[in-house]
Amino acid sequence: MIISQQKLLPDILQSLDGSDVVVIIGCGTCATQCHAGGEEEVQDMKRELEGVGKAVPLSFVLESVCTTQKTKKELTKKSTFIEEADAILVMSCGVGVQTVAELTEKPVFPALDTLFIGSLRRVGHYEELCALCGQCILEYTGGICAINQCSKGLLNGPCGGSKQGKCEIIDDRDCGWYLIYERLKQRGKLYLMEMIHQPQDFSKGQHPQKITLGREMLKKK
Amino acid sequence: MTVGDPEGPKGRFRNKLREKDLIVTVELSPPKGTATEEILLHADLLREKVDAFNVTDNQRAIMRMSPLALSHLLKERGLEPILQLTCRDRNRLALQSELLSAYALGIENFCFMTGDHPLLGDHPTGKPVYDCDSVQLISLARGLERGEDFAGRKLSGVPSFVIGAVANPLAEPLEPQLIKLRKKVAAGIEFIQTQPIFDQEPLEKFLEMTSGLNVRFLIGITPLKSARMVEFMNHKILVKPIPMAVAERINKAKDPVREGITIAAELMAKIKSYVSGFHIMPIGLERELPELFEQAGI
Ligand code: SF4
Ligand code: SF4
Repeated sequence: MIISQQKLLPDILQSLDGSDVVVIIGCGTCATQCHAGGEEEVQDMKRELEGVGKAVPLSFVLESVCTTQKTKKELTKKSTFIEEADAILVMSCGVGVQTVAELTEKPVFPALDTLFIGSLRRVGHYEELCALCGQCILEYTGGICAINQCSKGLLNGPCGGSKQGKCEIIDDRDCGWYLIYERLKQRGKLYLMEMIHQPQDFSKGQHPQKITLGREMLKKK
Repeated sequence: MTVGDPEGPKGRFRNKLREKDLIVTVELSPPKGTATEEILLHADLLREKVDAFNVTDNQRAIMRMSPLALSHLLKERGLEPILQLTCRDRNRLALQSELLSAYALGIENFCFMTGDHPLLGDHPTGKPVYDCDSVQLISLARGLERGEDFAGRKLSGVPSFVIGAVANPLAEPLEPQLIKLRKKVAAGIEFIQTQPIFDQEPLEKFLEMTSGLNVRFLIGITPLKSARMVEFMNHKILVKPIPMAVAERINKAKDPVREGITIAAELMAKIKSYVSGFHIMPIGLERELPELFEQAGI
């Protein structure tokens, strides 16, 4: 999921300076999981804004703000409130914020910082696991991402800086290649590490990306 | 020598590698600035004993003059450079064009490495590249020798390189590094220059574990010069600390520089019968190297 974190309140208030009537939109998917933009956080934000004298006539959580068509429908339904607002504060990842900004002419402000895509290890602990490289090689690396877990994104094994399983750049960071080595060894698959991998095709990781996928497209492939 | 002519006479380093003579290489760092005189003077003084000079590439991610320039200046004086090339600062276009440029200047020896991360150096805010890793860079260079660039386009004029890489006999754990080393050999290196070692035993173990590899090992030697240097090496550079007995000798010595040279020379004398050569990283002791060679009987 997309890991995000709430901005500091003074920064949010600064961005809303001069906006007296604010609509708040939260997100029911990743931002809820991150305790950054779910029901509870939206209610807290409403109280904070009211506490500094702003009016919040409408605050709600969409199932996933990044689903453009559904979000459009919801915004249309609630258009009377939105018309009245000076600003919309979106408590979702950057994708949700952009989706809303595209659908309304009102000023839209982000309440969260979008950090990375990763997993929820246990309550409050998130870990980045994929760098969105566009050509997944997890099958060779025992399911541990070399691009993301190695500080240099190396494809053919550890650099000389790997020390006792730690990365050369920060003592408390595990060396990604050490983790891969241990995993492959455990699973009897070290032969995968002996294979030489060619440099990545970075043309596949060009941004921004747009793709069209559907039954028709998949059949053609 | 006719530059670019694969049949032309080749350098001393290439010949010695192939004839399996004992080889001595010395590492030189380009200046941080433009002052090359002293470095070239050091190299000149070592002309007789040293087969080739490694010229480092923004070593430890500290910005310096390009190794291409210093290699060229060595070449002009009839000295043989080994140009070190890291993957940190150049993408695949820049790496290939650097290799071709060097060859056009008569530089044929290269040592490839990943390169320390910018966060460890003096420009920590810089963007790391790592478009290729060291194994891929070896393949890339060997590809140029076949007359094609990485994209499969034909070259006009084909280079012929002597390619090496680095390894650390003291790596911990060693096995993942050995896997990488085997890949470097498979990709086409002819020599390995090791990180510095300070005693015989782990080296022998390492050489035994790598005995099946068709590659020549030039053993890294760094003379210690002070107790402070021992501290620094232990904390910043080495994976395994310098053996207590060696550290003690430096700590107790009246003249630690002389003692460091003697320690290094003793080690070299002990192992020279079974290694392919030595790669000396003098870290400021360039002027003491003639004494080192003499004591080691080289
Ligand atoms: S290899 Fe690429 S796609 Fe696969 S997990 Fe790593 S970054 Fe993500
Ligand atoms: S120490 Fe390990 S994780 Fe860090 S850059 Fe080197 S190989 Fe990658």
